[in-house]
Amino acid sequence: MNFNEPFDVVVAGGGNAALCAAITAARAGCSVIVLEGAPEFYRGGNTRHTRNLRCSHDGTAPTMSGPYEQAEFLDDLYRVTAGQTDKLLAELTIAKSRELLGWMDEQGVRFQPPLGGTLSLGKTNAFFLGGGRGMLNMLYRRAEKLGITVLYEAPVTALQIEDGYFVSATINYQGRPQQVRGKALVAACGGFEANIEWLREYWGDAADNFVIRGTPYNRGDVLRMLHAANVMPVGDPTQCHAVALDARSPKFDGGIATRLDSIVFGIVVNRDAQRFYDEGEDTWPKRYAIWGRLIAQQPDQIAYTIVDSKSFHSFMPSIFPAISAPTLGELAGKLTLDPAALQKTIADFNAAVRPGTFDYTILDDCRTEGLTPPKTHWAQTIDKPPYYAYPLRPGITFTYLGVRVNAESRMLLNDGKPSGNMFAAGEIMAGNVLGKGYLAGIGMTIGAVFGRLAGQGASTHARN
Amino acid sequence: MNLAVRPESLVEADRLMTICNACRYCEGLCAVFPAMEMRRTFADADLNYLANLCHQCGACYTDCQYAPPHEFKVNVPGVLAKVRNESYAQYAWPHFLSGAFERNGLVITLLTSVGVAAFIFGFVAVKDPAVLFGRHAGDFYKVMPHNAMVALFGTVFLYSILACVLSLRTFWRDINGGKSGGGFAAFWQAVGDSAHLRYLHGGGGGCTSEDDKPSPSRRIYHHFTFYGFMLCFASTSVATVYHYVFGWKAPYAYYDLPVVLGSLGGIGLLIGPAGLYLLSRQRDPVLTDTAHRDMNTAFLAMLFLTSLTGFALMLLRDTGAMGMLLAIHLGVVLGLFLSMPYGKFVHGLYRFLALVKYAADVRTGKFVD
Repeated sequence: MNFNEPFDVVVAGGGNAALCAAITAARAGCSVIVLEGAPEFYRGGNTRHTRNLRCSHDGTAPTMSGPYEQAEFLDDLYRVTAGQTDKLLAELTIAKSRELLGWMDEQGVRFQPPLGGTLSLGKTNAFFLGGGRGMLNMLYRRAEKLGITVLYEAPVTALQIEDGYFVSATINYQGRPQQVRGKALVAACGGFEANIEWLREYWGDAADNFVIRGTPYNRGDVLRMLHAANVMPVGDPTQCHAVALDARSPKFDGGIATRLDSIVFGIVVNRDAQRFYDEGEDTWPKRYAIWGRLIAQQPDQIAYTIVDSKSFHSFMPSIFPAISAPTLGELAGKLTLDPAALQKTIADFNAAVRPGTFDYTILDDCRTEGLTPPKTHWAQTIDKPPYYAYPLRPGITFTYLGVRVNAESRMLLNDGKPSGNMFAAGEIMAGNVLGKGYLAGIGMTIGAVFGRLAGQGASTHARN
Repeated sequence: MNLAVRPESLVEADRLMTICNACRYCEGLCAVFPAMEMRRTFADADLNYLANLCHQCGACYTDCQYAPPHEFKVNVPGVLAKVRNESYAQYAWPHFLSGAFERNGLVITLLTSVGVAAFIFGFVAVKDPAVLFGRHAGDFYKVMPHNAMVALFGTVFLYSILACVLSLRTFWRDINGGKSGGGFAAFWQAVGDSAHLRYLHGGGGGCTSEDDKPSPSRRIYHHFTFYGFMLCFASTSVATVYHYVFGWKAPYAYYDLPVVLGSLGGIGLLIGPAGLYLLSRQRDPVLTDTAHRDMNTAFLAMLFLTSLTGFALMLLRDTGAMGMLLAIHLGVVLGLFLSMPYGKFVHGLYRFLALVKYAADVRTGKFVD
């Protein structure tokens, strides 16, 4: 590996956004180097755990039902972000998302129709054949064919930036520091969700009990360097996308398989065997991403989802076996909860359940009355043994803090001026479009749209 | 089988299917994952069914976010290969011969050697030593009478069919929980899926064979092998009709149908098994059941040798080598036939039934709790 020659474009990161930028720049004739901090198997950051990308389309795609018009997409985005989005960039994202299926296809990425359990996303989301890692494999294959240099285990340890102008990156490669010089930089290396020390700045000791859904390499080091180099921040640093995961999940990289979908079918109690939130507030896809934060706010960041035999087969199977017992007292014992407290919580809950017609596909009329907090839908008594429970922890998917960009995907400096040669794409700038909330597959949309823009901008700069 | 102790491979397959069923990212790659999604728990019979549905294309391994070195160590093709190979022994009829799957290379080599030796000895003993090295203008029946050949191979062939049918019946009953299953539409669906090797396409990308990039090579060589085998079978069938219906006796001219079909099939059986063997040498061993590698090699070798000795016999049938070549060829064919119910040959039959069940279950939309 020769570090003497400068590259046209230096890409920090190795996920969807990074590869889209690298491929676009290489196709424009640039020499490109991709600096992936992770080992080859773990390449791609959160992309390796994704499965689809949301895109506006005219309904002719063979693997999608449709159409999904731009206006509807924009409505969906406004709804989940409650307006916390840069309108111009949001509209740009959605308009450009229409090109993604065709572009991905050109790079060899394959799609499949949605099957069991994901049919509801068939109109809005294109599913990668074999999931995110399958998609990444195709993008890396394409990068290889285009002659892009890819280094693994090459984390960026410092950036040399002069007055908002990128000069070189220092990487730690094969045990020694190396300088990688380039005419333009694309920062596409994600957020800081795996950086527990950083999370502790906002969450205190609670952060120690967070489960990180992605690899341990999503540390946000480049994000921090950019902020230190006068790049304008975007997004709430305290916020992260967090879901309820099985507490027995691995600390890092458990991905999709450790989530639990049982919450709407029963109740959730904390360490003191007390309920703390309306489990039936809205349909599960809409409430999926609030439970991580809710559990993070409970003592010891632990909670337990409890169902009875009526509901045990109603939700997606999970990788860890349910903890079960013939009586609530025994179940409490196994969960190390106070049996009397759990029995009382469930007795109170059962007594408050009003009769109704259970239907989890709609906001049904099964609810509690006179209970705090209430369960406003899908409330069914928990009385048919055996009883089942899963322990829950907050599982962090991604953080919202990022760098501000313009419609060329160019970073903005604190004085509002665009950087001469620094671009950002993917999770590191997603906060521009997604200020809060989440829309399935939007992370990949932002990554691909801004990855391509960044690749274009960087190559244009490098070649002039 | 001792139900108290679950074999290690089934314990591991159960662990993997439980993880896969919570992930489901691979559901577009083949039939295994949609079939898995119809279940929440995995009994031994379910796993044997899923294992035989797996075509070991490897796509789910290279696409898996949980493959080794991930701590979940998900390796579906490798583990299902092991379960599949062990399932052949589990269902084998008669059961006391199931050990043949464990030392498959040795068993088949011995069977074939004994076969060849028996023919040489037989020709010499029944006729006289001269017949073995004489010139017979391509007339095999001078060396071994037609009726004797038919009686011997007919018996062996019928036994092999019987053994396969009884083994498959046990498998079919087991995977269907004792109930009948299938149906005509499902059968035809499975015929089509097998004929195209639909699930050796990796969902569109192809197989992981020579390296970690998908390629169609394994599928192509398998087509050479399978259709080569079928052409040879057709050749024999046509020759049987010639003999018994029309009274046309072998040897047939080079341009005659049995020879043309047999030659085309023979070419397939040279190219296909050779290609598959070379690919199996290059394939990442993690995707395969290395403990049963000899089963694969033995079957490929037998098909290759059947064709090779057949060609040698055809080309040298007018020379003094014919007698010896006939003994070798018949010995190899006898070995192939005898070992059919106890070797890699059965993979096609088990997989076909698994495909029938899958097609039927998809039709009925059957979900198992």
